Order: sequence, then C-alpha cells, then structure tokens
Amino acid sequence: MTEFLQQLLNGLSLGAVYALIALGYTMVYGVLRFINFAHSDVFMVGAFAGYYLNRWMPSDSMAGGLAILAGSMAFCALLGVVIERLAYRPLRRRSRLNVLITAIGVSLLLEYTGQFLFGAAPKPFPQLFPVRTFQFAGGLIVSTNQLAVLVLTPLLLAALHFIVLKTRFGTAMRAISFHPVAATLVGINLDRVISFTFALGSALAAAGGILYSLNYQSIDPLMGVLPGLKAFVAAVVGGIGNIPGAALGGLLLGIIETFVNGSRWSTATDAIAFALLILILLFRPAGLLGKLEVEKV
Amino acid sequence: MMPGRRFLLLLGAVAAGSVLSLQSHRINPYFLDVAVTVAINVILAVSLNLINGYTGQFSLGHAGFMAIGAYIAASTTMFWAPGLLPAASSPGFIGMAVFPAALLAGGLAAGLAGILVGAPSLRLKGDYLAIVTLGFGEIIRVIFRNLESVGGALGLNGIPACTNLFWTISMAALTIYAVTSMVHSTYGRGFTAVQDDEIAAEAIGINTTRYKITAFVVGAFFAGIAGGLYGHFKLSIDPRGFDFMKSIEIALMVILGGMGNTVGVIIAAILLTLLPELLRPVAEYRMMLYSFLLILLMLTCPQGLFQPRFFRRLLSPFLRGSAAPAEDPPRPA
Repeated sequence: MTEFLQQLLNGLSLGAVYALIALGYTMVYGVLRFINFAHSDVFMVGAFAGYYLNRWMPSDSMAGGLAILAGSMAFCALLGVVIERLAYRPLRRRSRLNVLITAIGVSLLLEYTGQFLFGAAPKPFPQLFPVRTFQFAGGLIVSTNQLAVLVLTPLLLAALHFIVLKTRFGTAMRAISFHPVAATLVGINLDRVISFTFALGSALAAAGGILYSLNYQSIDPLMGVLPGLKAFVAAVVGGIGNIPGAALGGLLLGIIETFVNGSRWSTATDAIAFALLILILLFRPAGLLGKLEVEKV
Repeated sequence: MMPGRRFLLLLGAVAAGSVLSLQSHRINPYFLDVAVTVAINVILAVSLNLINGYTGQFSLGHAGFMAIGAYIAASTTMFWAPGLLPAASSPGFIGMAVFPAALLAGGLAAGLAGILVGAPSLRLKGDYLAIVTLGFGEIIRVIFRNLESVGGALGLNGIPACTNLFWTISMAALTIYAVTSMVHSTYGRGFTAVQDDEIAAEAIGINTTRYKITAFVVGAFFAGIAGGLYGHFKLSIDPRGFDFMKSIEIALMVILGGMGNTVGVIIAAILLTLLPELLRPVAEYRMMLYSFLLILLMLTCPQGLFQPRFFRRLLSPFLRGSAAPAEDPPRPA
C-alpha cells in the first residue's frame, strides 16, 4: 500500500511536469493548428535560465526560489514571442508543413546553440528551495521538491484557467481557435493574441523545466527531447487543442510511466507508454476529451 | 516520362553503379562513405515520399521500418544463413548470394510491419496519425533494445561489410523506378486521389483503405532495404541510431523537396546529407549553422526547394514552343 502511494505520488509529480509542457503544445495548436516542435527546447532553456539566474543571485529561501522561477518564466515567455515573430509569423499563410519544418529547425538551433554555449556535459541543478524530506508513518517519503511541484502546478493551472476563461486575451484566444476568420472580422488582433499565446505557453514550459530539474537534479542541452515528446503524446491523448485534456493526458502519462518503471517491465517503459497511446487513439481518434469533427463535403 | 525510358534509366544507374563499384578502390574513402550515405538517404526519402507525399498520410515512423530491415538483414547474414548452410560462410559467397537475400528478408519484414503501422491510418488523420506512427517507431526501437539475442542496448556488432556502391546505387535506382512507375501508372493515380480528397476518392469508387495500406507496405519495404544496406555499411547497428530524430530527418527531406515531387525529394535528400559534410570546416558552429540554414531555406522558399515549374520557366527562353506555365494559385493556409 505504501509503495502504491509512493509510486502514485512520484507519478503525479512527473505527470504534473508533463502537463505543464503539454499545455504549451495544446494552446499553440489551438490557435495556429501546428505542432510547435521547438517547445521542448524552450523547456530546456527554462531550466538553464534557472541555473544561471541561481548563479548570479543564489537562493536558499522560498522567496528567492520563486523569484528565480518567475525570472526564468519571463525569459522564456520573451523567447517564445521572439521565436514566433521571427520563424513562424512569416509563414502564417503557408501550408502547416512549412511551419512544422521551421519549428524543427528552431528546435535543432536551440539544442545546438545550447551545446555550444552551455557545453554538452550534464550540469548539476542547484536546489532552489530549502530541501526537507518528510517521512510519514508507513514509510511514505515526500520531499519539498515534490511538494513544490504538486503545489505550484495546480496554482499555475488555476492561473491559466483564469486567463483563458475570464480575461479579454483568453476570450480572444478561444475565439481564434474556434474560427480564425470570424475572430479577425470582429476586430481581434490576430498577431497580438498569437504572441500572447506563445508567451503563456513558453512561460509554463519554463516552469516545467525548473520543476523537472529540481527533482532530477541534472540538466543538459538535450534534456528537453524526451519529456517534450512525452508531453506532446500527452497533449494528443487528451485531445490536442483542448486545455483540460492536456493536463489530464500529462497526469495520466506520468502515473502510467512511473508504475511501469517500478514493475519488472521497466526497460520497456517508453514502449508501453506509446502502446497505450496507440490503443487510446484507436478507440478515441480525437483523444480523451477532444471532439471528433464531422467531415462535411 | 515513358515507361521505357524510365526502365532504361534504371539499367543505366545499375550499370554505372557496378562500374563505380569495381573502380571504388581508386575513389577517396571519404567520398565513398558520403556517396553510400547519400544513396541510402535517397532510398529512405523516396520511399517515405510515397506515404507522406503521394498518399498524404503523414508518417513519422520511417526509422522504425529502417531498424527492422537493418536488424533482420544483419541477423540473416550473421546467424541464419551460416546456420542453414555451414559451408556458405566464405565472405565472397555472403557478399554475392546471401546479402541480396538478406536485404530482401529485411525489406519483407519491414513491409509486414507496414501493414501493422498502416492500419491505424484507416481511422486517424493528420497529427494523430503522425503521433501514432511516431509511437510505433519508438516501440520498435524499444523492442530491439530489449532483445538480448541481437545485442540489446549495446547493439549488434561485427556485421559483414557487404554494402558497396553497386548495391546502394542499384537499390536507390530501383526504389525511384518502383515508386515513380507505381505512382504514374493508372493504378497509381489512386494514391494522389487519396491525398487530394479522401471523401471524393471514396465516392468515385476508389478503395482508399487498400491504397493507404499499399503505400505503407511499399514504403516500409524500401525503408527496410535501406536499413539492410545501412547495417552492412556501418558494420554495427544500435537501437539509438533509429530514434525519432532519424524519422524526422527523413521527413525533412520529403517536405523540403516538396511533397509528392520525386525529383525534388531526391535533390533534397542529397543536399541535406551533404550540407553537414560541407559545413565541416566550421567544426564547432557546424550544426548551429545547419539548423539556421534549414530555417532560412524554409522562410525563403516555402514551396519546396525544387519546383519543376521554376526550372522550366528558367529554361523556357531556351526551349522553343514551351510557353512558361502559369503561376500556381496561392495555397490557402
């Protein structure tokens, strides 16, 4: 029982990070209908931003850690906006495959630039928050880092929920994902809303990057590739373009992966995650929460 | 192009391959290496173009088919053939007789997997299909990583060096011949019909299911052959070499060449293989520059690099009687 709870906890904290990254994929997909492959590298940049910010102003208090988190999120928000402005906007009217290629190009550029600037070797990630480990009766172990993930993620999700449902920008975002042409006709500034979406998604990826690194304690320029792929899978499982779906998919994937990892099939974790994905999509072709659009001729 | 001319081109390429192969000791080993890599990438890109470009089923699992071909072919030359015919383990016999059979076995096994991977395309579209094919590719890779009989995570080492210019060039030519002949035949128009409008194709009685599966099986078959060539060229394969970045690399060639444009895809495959080699002098900036050029290429020529119309228009002053064709209407986003 304790082991089950422990695994569930580990799974939830991994899944929360997947959810944070998956939200960026799904939001960009919602407004632009394309897969932003560079998103997983924004996640990596977020972790490195945290690393270097911590070097300049070391933190060992709660407030310091949160300041670094906010700084890294702001930096990545800016990065996301710049990427969209330079690499994606000129291709807005072209086929989505063209944008897909530039996205892969941007992803490779960030990875190789990262290897050039930071070095390819993994770096130890500092403890941004004071670390304490709690041991509960029955042997359940919870660290403050896990708690940070489990507390911060719902807060960020709630903030996102508020922005998307209650603010003008959020309303505009939903309008664009519902019908881009009609949205521009009623006077929504497409470019500004898209920039805003990228800023929001990239900030969440940065938060994911820092929370992930807190628990894994090692960062390198290629660290984004696998979590990014998993998060993308999570977004698709939840129904891409659907915000609660991305969160659900992320949590589900994290939990499944952790449980498989703890079983005797641990070497086949990735295969089992993907096999489940394929099964889910075969029975629900538009993802768990996605709506299947009826094709009209 | 007339079928006759296409067949002559195939024969010409095979002849050129055998001549080059006989003279290969005179060629700088570095160029030889690059040439074989280019030819293998051409096979991969042209075969993926049948699935992605002509049939419009966006697949990101091509490296998985390649892995199956590589492992099956290597197991054939290393374990199965010497097991069946103990006398046949002389290097010459393996190179001349066992190797083609091994390539074929690798291709057939990959083709079988193509049925499995193609099946979801009957229900899924677009990004969902892309992610499922990507998942299949990753599953195949993980399976090989866990198979201890083929080296597990360490990979399979000591594969006999059977790949030479003759086999790679001939196989590349055969792939191009097979794919273009298929697509340009009466039967093959169905692939383009499925890509253009699936519902309309179905309405006029085209069996879209069969076309999609056929595209996956044929594409996978040639990817398997490319994998066999790759294994017997690198002499050691390991599951990491067939991850989804490899699939994306192949997809890049197809998209950059212009989906469903075989000549463009071949040129893109050659260019994308040569580009990192040409950038070697700037060593440490090499891959940064490569990715930067990739973005720049896409921003400046989003229609795909090689538009036959563009070249025709360029040459039109020299070709009498062929008026410059009209511009393509802009494609809706």
